[in-house]
Amino acid sequence: MTDTTTSPGATSKPDLPMMITGRFGYEDAHTIERFQATEGYDGLRKALQMGPEAVGNEVKAASLLGRGGAGFPAGVKWGFCPPEVWPRYLVINGDESEPGTYKDRLLMERDPHQLIEGALICAYAVGCAQTFLYVRGEMAHAQERIAQALNEAYEAGLVGKNILGSEFSCDVILHWGAGAYIVGEETALIESLEGNRGMPRLKPPYFPAAKGLYMQPTIVNNVETMANLPWIIRNGAEAYTAFGAENSRGTRMFAVSGHVKKPGVYEVEFGTTTFRDLIYGHCGGIRGTNTLKAFIPGGASAPWFYEEHLDIPLEKVAVDQAGSMLGSGAVIVMDDTTDAVKAAWRVVRFFARESCGKCTPCREGTSWLEKIMRRMLDGHGRPEDIALLVDLCDNISPSIAWPPKQTTICPLGPSAVSPIASAVVRFKDEFQAYCGGGDIPTSVTINGGAYVPPEGAPAGV
Amino acid sequence: MAEQTETTVKITVDGNEIDARPDELVIDAAERHGTYIPRFCHHPRMNPVGMCRMCIVEIDTGRGPALQPSCMIPVSDGMTVVTDSDVTKKAQDGVLEFLLANHPLDCPVCDKGGECPLQDQAYAYGPGESRFIEEKRHFEKPIPISDLVHLDRERCILCDRCTRFADEVAGDALIQFIDRGNQTQVNTFPGEPFASYFSGNTVQICPVGALTAEPYRFKARPWDLDQVESTCTSCSVGCRVVVQASRNEVLRTQGVDIDGVNWGWLCDKGRFDFQSIHAEDRLAEPLVREGDAYQRTSWADALRRTSDAVKAALDSSGPTGIGVVGGARLSNEAAYTWAKLAKGVIGTDNVDCQLGDGLPASAVLGLPRATIDEACTPGGTIVLLGVDPKEELPVLYLRLRHAIVEDGATLIEVVPHATGLSKLAAHTLTYGPGGAADVAASLVSDTPGAAGGVDGDRIAAAANALGDGPVTVIVGRGNLADSSDVVTAAAGALLDGIDDVRFLSALRRGNVHGALDAGLSPGLLPGRVSLDEGRAHFHETWSTVPATAGLDTTGILQAAADGKLDVLVLLGADPLTDFPDTDLATRALAGARTVIAVDVLLTASVKQSDIVLPAAGYAETDGTTTNLEGRVSRLARKVTPPGTARADWIIAAELAFRLGDDLGLESTEAVFDELTTVSAVHRGLTIEAVGVDGIVVPVHLDTPADEGATPDADVDPDAADAAVAADAAESDDEAQAAEAEATEAQADSEDSGDPVPSDGRSDVTEIATNGPAVGAGVTFIAPNIDIPQPDGYRLRLVTTRALYDMGTATQASPSLAELPHGATLRLHPNDFDRLGVTGGGNVKVSNTEGGRGSITVPVESSTAVPRGAALVAYAQPGGATASLIDVSRAVTDVRVELAP
Amino acid sequence: MPRFSAENTILAKEIIGRYPLPKSALIPLLHLAQEQDGWVADDAMEHIAELVGVTPAEVMGTCTFYEMFKREPVGEYLVNVCTNISCMLLGGEELLHHLEERLGIRPGSTTSDGLFTLEDVECIAACTEAPCLTVNYRYFHKISHDEADSLLDDLKAGRRAHEVPKHGTLGRVRQQISADARAGVAVPSECSTPVWLTTDAPEGADA
Ligand SMILES: Cc1cc2nc3c(=O)[nH]c(=O)nc-3n(C[C@H](O)[C@H](O)[C@H](O)COP(=O)(O)O)c2cc1C
Ligand code: SF4
Ligand code: FES
Repeated sequence: MTDTTTSPGATSKPDLPMMITGRFGYEDAHTIERFQATEGYDGLRKALQMGPEAVGNEVKAASLLGRGGAGFPAGVKWGFCPPEVWPRYLVINGDESEPGTYKDRLLMERDPHQLIEGALICAYAVGCAQTFLYVRGEMAHAQERIAQALNEAYEAGLVGKNILGSEFSCDVILHWGAGAYIVGEETALIESLEGNRGMPRLKPPYFPAAKGLYMQPTIVNNVETMANLPWIIRNGAEAYTAFGAENSRGTRMFAVSGHVKKPGVYEVEFGTTTFRDLIYGHCGGIRGTNTLKAFIPGGASAPWFYEEHLDIPLEKVAVDQAGSMLGSGAVIVMDDTTDAVKAAWRVVRFFARESCGKCTPCREGTSWLEKIMRRMLDGHGRPEDIALLVDLCDNISPSIAWPPKQTTICPLGPSAVSPIASAVVRFKDEFQAYCGGGDIPTSVTINGGAYVPPEGAPAGV
Repeated sequence: MAEQTETTVKITVDGNEIDARPDELVIDAAERHGTYIPRFCHHPRMNPVGMCRMCIVEIDTGRGPALQPSCMIPVSDGMTVVTDSDVTKKAQDGVLEFLLANHPLDCPVCDKGGECPLQDQAYAYGPGESRFIEEKRHFEKPIPISDLVHLDRERCILCDRCTRFADEVAGDALIQFIDRGNQTQVNTFPGEPFASYFSGNTVQICPVGALTAEPYRFKARPWDLDQVESTCTSCSVGCRVVVQASRNEVLRTQGVDIDGVNWGWLCDKGRFDFQSIHAEDRLAEPLVREGDAYQRTSWADALRRTSDAVKAALDSSGPTGIGVVGGARLSNEAAYTWAKLAKGVIGTDNVDCQLGDGLPASAVLGLPRATIDEACTPGGTIVLLGVDPKEELPVLYLRLRHAIVEDGATLIEVVPHATGLSKLAAHTLTYGPGGAADVAASLVSDTPGAAGGVDGDRIAAAANALGDGPVTVIVGRGNLADSSDVVTAAAGALLDGIDDVRFLSALRRGNVHGALDAGLSPGLLPGRVSLDEGRAHFHETWSTVPATAGLDTTGILQAAADGKLDVLVLLGADPLTDFPDTDLATRALAGARTVIAVDVLLTASVKQSDIVLPAAGYAETDGTTTNLEGRVSRLARKVTPPGTARADWIIAAELAFRLGDDLGLESTEAVFDELTTVSAVHRGLTIEAVGVDGIVVPVHLDTPADEGATPDADVDPDAADAAVAADAAESDDEAQAAEAEATEAQADSEDSGDPVPSDGRSDVTEIATNGPAVGAGVTFIAPNIDIPQPDGYRLRLVTTRALYDMGTATQASPSLAELPHGATLRLHPNDFDRLGVTGGGNVKVSNTEGGRGSITVPVESSTAVPRGAALVAYAQPGGATASLIDVSRAVTDVRVELAP
Repeated sequence: MPRFSAENTILAKEIIGRYPLPKSALIPLLHLAQEQDGWVADDAMEHIAELVGVTPAEVMGTCTFYEMFKREPVGEYLVNVCTNISCMLLGGEELLHHLEERLGIRPGSTTSDGLFTLEDVECIAACTEAPCLTVNYRYFHKISHDEADSLLDDLKAGRRAHEVPKHGTLGRVRQQISADARAGVAVPSECSTPVWLTTDAPEGADA
């Protein structure tokens, strides 16, 4: 099994430290020996010296943005727990399932101790009495690596009772998911952790920080978010904020997939790097001699970007203003051979399959959209189908605006709207072609073509 | 509760400022002020889920308008709500279209058609023809999810109402969402049906036709039904219902939401046992026995024979030669009329509305009383003494469950075996048979110690939780194999030991509390007063008043068995089934010279009677009934009785007439008026005051004098005149014609009172009067009991009620008849092991040493049963427990041995 | 033997003990059942219901929400091919179709020899390694059709046992928490301010 992942690659700052993927170079990065030999758990030790409040302030000062999709400042979120309500819980969101997203699995498989250390730093600062590491069920290898790491850490007195001889005590419980994308949504994650069907709760009133697991204050943070903490505590907020841009500090992992020469996961400087750097720099540009048709900047839920967006920096606000989102750091690149309708359908099908079924518009709407598009692809499109698609989208996400309005509880329903809303506008002719309005452009192929390993690439199996 | 006045929150709905209650949901606040927001999943008695999204409206709390489900958002000051903007309408229409996309639209063949919110919404807001041309979702058409309920998953709109009800309200999480997303369905676990006592409620609250009730499926269309509000008399909780009928046949009853009582819920027994009034063996004509056979006869003849028998008895033995057993089936009016006949005309005090399976009247009437709401006070303390409400008073169980789960009430159980509430109880003290009083005494003593077979630290722990009140004790008989003294002695201990304590009587028969209030009990006169305290007062209206206190049912049956009773009147009573000592009941029916049965069904005891007078049943008469908290509410007549069956009160009036005494009662209203004048408990009550929610008697004295003071004087002479004419008439058909006239007349005199505030206590001024005060001469004295030591080789019988048993109403209701679980002996694991049964063998349970019989039943081991006890449910198929019991003993010891 | 074996029952109780409220252990216990039997039988759900103190219907409600739980037996090897967008763009569908032909089954069904069950799944978080698949949740990245074929051959011949355990097995390493190293569960309503806050930061750590 080979991974062309995580080569640091050229960045705007040559001296850019690999804050979270630094150990990926080592084959044995997942062992406690290697980890401790490379500053492992120093962050935790330092945190225990600083005291909880100082740690909290340091993270706030670092203005570390959540990496799970919403991009909310972690330090600020921690502060939302109502005072004097105990116990508080920490839940690490390792359910990574957003199409195009591939980073949390790497962090869990390659450097599990870093994640555990980050989790403990957070639990210590917030005063969480118990931590749950919710790992996506399908990630068996990650399960094993984390279980191994936890066993080592318990052995070494780094987790559990009186951590490192201090008064700080906190169990970290490895919890397995079982296959449901929606469970990545934080309130669904909590429902799932309570043993229920993973159906989201309405926010408000059920903001986890106030009413989370068992209705107690609960911090839910993404794996990558946690992985940043050891570095921040070791080197301080100042060192951290020296990298990145105004609203997006430090580094961030981006998984670039699709029609690029060198797909991979790259840790790059947050906020300054542009999509062009990423796609044409790190990834060596579009495959073969093809040209860029469209790219999805932040996972399947995000509206699509095109040529004209390439120079937008990988920066939260900039991308939001341009009408999409950085989401979970997943960039999916489509070249000019891509069938826009097919691509959009495939994303819609995902949301239709993953709807939890709670809200009528999502449960019924997404699968209706999927059925219509499937019918179009099967050659039974009707002229009125395009207008119907758009109107149904409007009923799920009124006025199809950005940021999206929603008739649903969580954003999954509206997420199914993004690809259609994007593609229908940009590639109307292709949609019309499927609806009896002319021929499907010959340039596009409805399927990707069988995978042929590039020259000299090591065998995949 | 409805009418609290707190500080209000000001919000704007469609431009109008309205006053909302703090914490009220937007959808409810808007509705109270006339703006109805469409909804499917929202139900006012359950926690919101915000699932269907139909109620989304634009809500602005300062951060700009946003579409929000109004069923999830509590009001906040200055909030602006827009329910009629284009954005809102578009969103709601969209939701509706989505809901209809996969809906089969089979309205023409759907039970819900015509009363279906989805259908109504579709007409009101719907887009017309569907844009959905794809294949619809398919499921196997209706599947039975229990004996009573069918589920059509294609119609289901996944509103989570039934599943929430099962889990949150009933505590029977047996139906669940299965699978995910567009494939989500409601279903049960394979082989584990939705066998909840409350399953019928899910049918009532289903907003579409997905859930249908077996007894009603395809029976009628809503527009064929016409309905009247009444009160369920299947047990003494007194749930409010609408009775729906078509072509003189009752087809359905639905719960009505009353704050003080049932919140809209019903148990399945109460919902479906109306079927019994249409049963085949329903009595429609008077019968007289000739040898072993019965002859149909005219009312005139049957009444003549009855009065002759009574006259003969009076001549030979005087009033004490006559005994009247039963009356809990009757309306308050009928109960009073019968009390007046028995005590005021015949002059006997051998009258008892209970069947030896209840509690002494002095305990029910003499202990400080609580209402259901008082028992369910948030944060309060409830002591369950003896009874298992889930089996005997199901909707009280729902109220208690809610109080414990949602409102933080604390439950302490002092019971003969684990109950349906034990899972929620803070402390469950399971006493050995006969041990209740000892446990109670220890519980309230300064130094709680081991008692009644419960170890000391468990009692001590419970004692801590108990404190000094306020405490409500829910007291019921519990074990029918113990003498009632066991629990009344325990009640006495709690009364002495707790500073602030009230009692809620858990007697279970429909109107038993109304019958007691009407004086159908030895030593009592109407109004909860003793013979001696009331004698003077009642001499003013009655021809006579018994000289001395008479016998209770046990005494009456004993007298009959000893050949000392000339006439035994069974007033809707079936001792052979319901009296806990079958041996005595059998000897009594054989020993009484003449047995007269006034009943609706051909019960075992009716079969042993000499004269049978057919009575009007549930939904066939008007009047009032009284529930266990003393709430008087109205009974309404929806259908006419079969044949010439007539209202119980008319039968009494006619008998009096035959005995040469005119009761002067000519309509239910007339009876009601006399009752509210002569009875201290009912004094000042008016039909208006009873209204829709009913009202707890005695009514408050401390209420404004200007309200509802006018007693209802809407007498309807034709009714009784015709009735009297009927039996004066000679030929049957003449009589029938006149009778029909009479019942019609009764029906006409139905009068709908105005609703009153539903806080259970009314605003009615007491009419000044002389006469004794409520409870005069009725004092509760805790009995001294001494329980014989158990011998080593026998076990003590515990026999408690199960909701479904061999009782006549259940057995005469086809949908319920098969539901009793059957008799099984349950033993504490130790006793079970000692017995050496392997697996589910059969055992012989006998009390031949005590001069009673034996039964052979399956046996199982159960931790719900205390050591030394043998638990068998009462009156179950395959085990006539009453044949084991000798009511003259304080406890019942039985021998349990492996069946050959 | 669809109920838990004796030692799995002990393990199940240990897992329940890790959570503040027992119902939280539902998903781990369903995994345990699937690990024991290769699928989740109704009896297993009933046993779990007993252990956790809920109704079997509640267990089924949770079980059926999650794709990984199979309510009837599946093949020894569960082959999940990703056809979501990143993989689709690079031949995920072709890979799936190739395997359909090769195995002679449609997604969702099992080969007659009971060896392989094929599934068409959503993104498995290997998007940069497209096209990819998992076998019993063990990853295989950038797979050509030939490589897929030889993988199937190896599996048939049992040459992959070290990499690919039988269906149901997730982590072959389990988390162990020794009694003395354990901080203990934090049960709602039974917890006060954590000591390290009261000692280290008197004002509490709500910063
Ligand atoms: C439909 C949906 C799916 C999501 N999936 C994930 C996920 O797989 N992993 C994740 O970390 N966050 C996911 N999120 C975001 C979480 O709700 C939550 O914002 C995040 O875990 C918070 O952690 P962070 O602040 O560190 O980003 C998802 C959100 C939605 C609406
Ligand atoms: S939007 Fe879809 S996924 Fe989200 S809660 Fe509603 S139904 Fe579930
Ligand atoms: S009524 Fe509010 S969401 Fe269903």
